Amino acid sequence: MAEGKNKGLVLLDFWVSPFGQRCRIALAEKGIPYEYSEQELLGTKSDLLLRSNPVHKKIPVLLHDGRPVCESLVILNYLDEVYSGKPLLPSDPYARAGARFWAAYSDKVYELGTRLWKLGGDARAKARAELLQVLANLDGELGDRAFFGGAEFGFVDVAVVPFVPWLPSFERYGEFSVEEAAPRLAAWARRCAGRESVAGSLHPPEKVDEFITMLKKHYGIE
Amino acid sequence: MAVAAAAGAGGELRLLGTWSSPWVIRVRVALGLKGLSYEYLEEDLASKSDLLLRSNPVHGKVPVLLHGGRPVCESLVILEYADEAWPGVGPPLLPSDPYDRATARFWAAYVNDTFLPAFRALFRSLTEEQRAAAFENAVPKVEALDRALAECSKGKPFFGGDAVGLVDVALGSHLVWIRAVNEVAGTNLLDGARFPGLAAWAERFLAVDAVREVVPDAGKVLEQYKGFRAKWIAAAGSTSKST
Repeated sequence: MAEGKNKGLVLLDFWVSPFGQRCRIALAEKGIPYEYSEQELLGTKSDLLLRSNPVHKKIPVLLHDGRPVCESLVILNYLDEVYSGKPLLPSDPYARAGARFWAAYSDKVYELGTRLWKLGGDARAKARAELLQVLANLDGELGDRAFFGGAEFGFVDVAVVPFVPWLPSFERYGEFSVEEAAPRLAAWARRCAGRESVAGSLHPPEKVDEFITMLKKHYGIE
Repeated sequence: MAVAAAAGAGGELRLLGTWSSPWVIRVRVALGLKGLSYEYLEEDLASKSDLLLRSNPVHGKVPVLLHGGRPVCESLVILEYADEAWPGVGPPLLPSDPYDRATARFWAAYVNDTFLPAFRALFRSLTEEQRAAAFENAVPKVEALDRALAECSKGKPFFGGDAVGLVDVALGSHLVWIRAVNEVAGTNLLDGARFPGLAAWAERFLAVDAVREVVPDAGKVLEQYKGFRAKWIAAAGSTSKST
């Protein structure tokens, strides 16, 4: 039985992390109260974080009555299964499979975008080409629908939207335009921006860009 | 217990795969455990079929499960789909408790995102130096999986408890390749002395009927692996003999 102080939800997170933001947006969409706990990542990690995610020592971690759930998409699935109210995943098994496929695939936006500012030369060019393909694929999947979830903002929307403030930086480092490469995705990003859960969880692109600049210095990257 | 009619839930099943792909083995094990019948189509990855390219335009990879003509891609997605599209048909791969489900998903993701990339480095290593570095890097991942087995199984035979579950299938389907690599590299990645829990689990998993029926012959896998290495060595222009 959880002690009083351990009861409820605590999200171990880092302000600019898009993976943490997936969880914040999901919790907000579902109207679930929780305690947000900002973690120190570049300096000394807290005992709580190290105890809660000993395998990866990463955020986000959702503590539910003291028990840790790790990995952003695992957390999203967990929230859908534990809390009734607005589900993120569709109910049809085939649609659920599609949602899981595309949410996992969207991780590549961040993975490849990160290579754009970390690497140079051929490695950057390769990452750029791959990222353009990923954005085109996401654009195609969205099609002419309002959201990846169809008429409703859903699982894939939550998974992808936190990468939106990173796109202007990726565009600059990669020398491309999302508007040109993935126009429907660009329109979707604007459509989501005004959504309360999204606006309340994401930081402006300028802040993200400042963070990237700081990280580059931290890693000694030119 | 074969439930041939189960495929009727939404249409016939076809699986696009290659005989030795561990990701394809994952799906074949899962379908076998559930007693679901399907048509298996062997792909030539050097000359992919139109069906494969149309069904998995994003990755162009196997496995692809076609259910009533509709494709499901990515092995772990297919495994969860199998649980959800045929509820009550055979044992579920995921437990019913949400926290246990989250734990299973975490470790399945660990197998894919942390263990397999480390194993791949060993799989691709050509020189003794590369082997040693790759092995050293892979061992802590095996340690983590050994601890995960204790945590998830709670003393029962499998990660899934009494029955084979998601993590068992996700990891166990790679055992035949882990053994082939161990043999060629002279390594012992699932060392029974060091990881008795995991080594015993491996024997149990490979003895399960649905697994035995689909895991390819170890000799053939070894031969294929040696063929790959010969090609890589030739391409690297290395003077070391292929073993």
